[in-house]
Amino acid sequence: MPDVPRYSAVRVGDRLPRLTHPIRRYDLVRYAGASGDFNPIHWSESAAEGAGLPGLVAHGMLTFGVAMRLVNEWAGRPGRVSGCGARFTRPVVVPDGYDGTEVVVEGVVAEKLPGSRVRIDLTVRHGGEKVLARPRAVVALDD
Amino acid sequence: MPLNPAFKGRVYPPTEPYEVGREKIREFAEAIGEPDPAADPDGPVVAPPTFAIVLTMRAERQAVFDPELGLDLSRLLHREQRFDYTRPIVAGDRLTVTVRVEDVGGAGPADVLTLSSAVTTTGGEHVCTATATLVTMGDEDA
Repeated sequence: MPDVPRYSAVRVGDRLPRLTHPIRRYDLVRYAGASGDFNPIHWSESAAEGAGLPGLVAHGMLTFGVAMRLVNEWAGRPGRVSGCGARFTRPVVVPDGYDGTEVVVEGVVAEKLPGSRVRIDLTVRHGGEKVLARPRAVVALDD
Repeated sequence: MPLNPAFKGRVYPPTEPYEVGREKIREFAEAIGEPDPAADPDGPVVAPPTFAIVLTMRAERQAVFDPELGLDLSRLLHREQRFDYTRPIVAGDRLTVTVRVEDVGGAGPADVLTLSSAVTTTGGEHVCTATATLVTMGDEDA
C-alpha cells in the first residue's frame, strides 16, 4: 500500500495516481444488481436506442463510483470523503464482447480546506473524451 | 410534456428502515472495483462514498414513478448527483430516507427533476444528503 497522504505535506497541484478501469456488459449487470438501478438503458439495446442513446450505456453512478475509488484509495482509509458530486455529460457506451471498454480516471489536489480536508478535482475519460463534468470530492486527511 | 409544478416542495414520509449489511457493502464495492471493505477484521465495514445511492434511488421512486408527476420514464437519464456526508455509512446502520422535491422544470423538450434525499439513522442522526438531478432526453448539449 502506498504512503497515506498527510494534510501538512500535500500541496495544491499534487497528482493522484491514474486509474484505468475496464467496463464490460458483465459489469453493468453486476452494478445493476448491486445498486438496484435496473433502468433498461443499461441492459437493453432497444431501450437504449428508444431513449435516444447511441448504444447500451454504463450507469453514470458506476462511472462515478469507479472515479471515487481513486480518491478513496489515495486517502488510504475508508470513510474520509465528506462530499462528492459529478454531472453525467457524455454516455459511456459499452460494446458487447469480453473486451468491453474502459474509463481512465485522473485526479489533482485542487484546494486545501480547513479541518485537514482537501478538494480533489477528477478527470474521467472514455475514448479520450471527458464523460463527467466537475467530478469532485472533499476528503479529510491526517494532519 | 411539462412536469406537474405542484410537486415542487413536496416532502415524502421517511422510508421504512433499511439495515445496511456488510455483504451488501461488499457486493456494491465489488461492483465498482473497490478493494474488499470487509478485509480488515478489526475495522468497521465502511461503505464506499457512492453507496448511499442504493437507498436514495429506491426512495426517489416515490416521486419518479408517480404518474401525476408526468415524467417520461422511457427517456429518463441521470444527469447529476451529489452526496454530502455528516459521517460515512457503516455496516449495521439502520437508515431511513426522506425525499424532497427541490425543483421541477426544464427547457424546451427536456424535463428536469431535482430531488434531495436526507439519509438519517432511525435515531434521527443525519448521515448524508444526496441530491439527484434527473432529465428526460433532449438536452444533451445543455
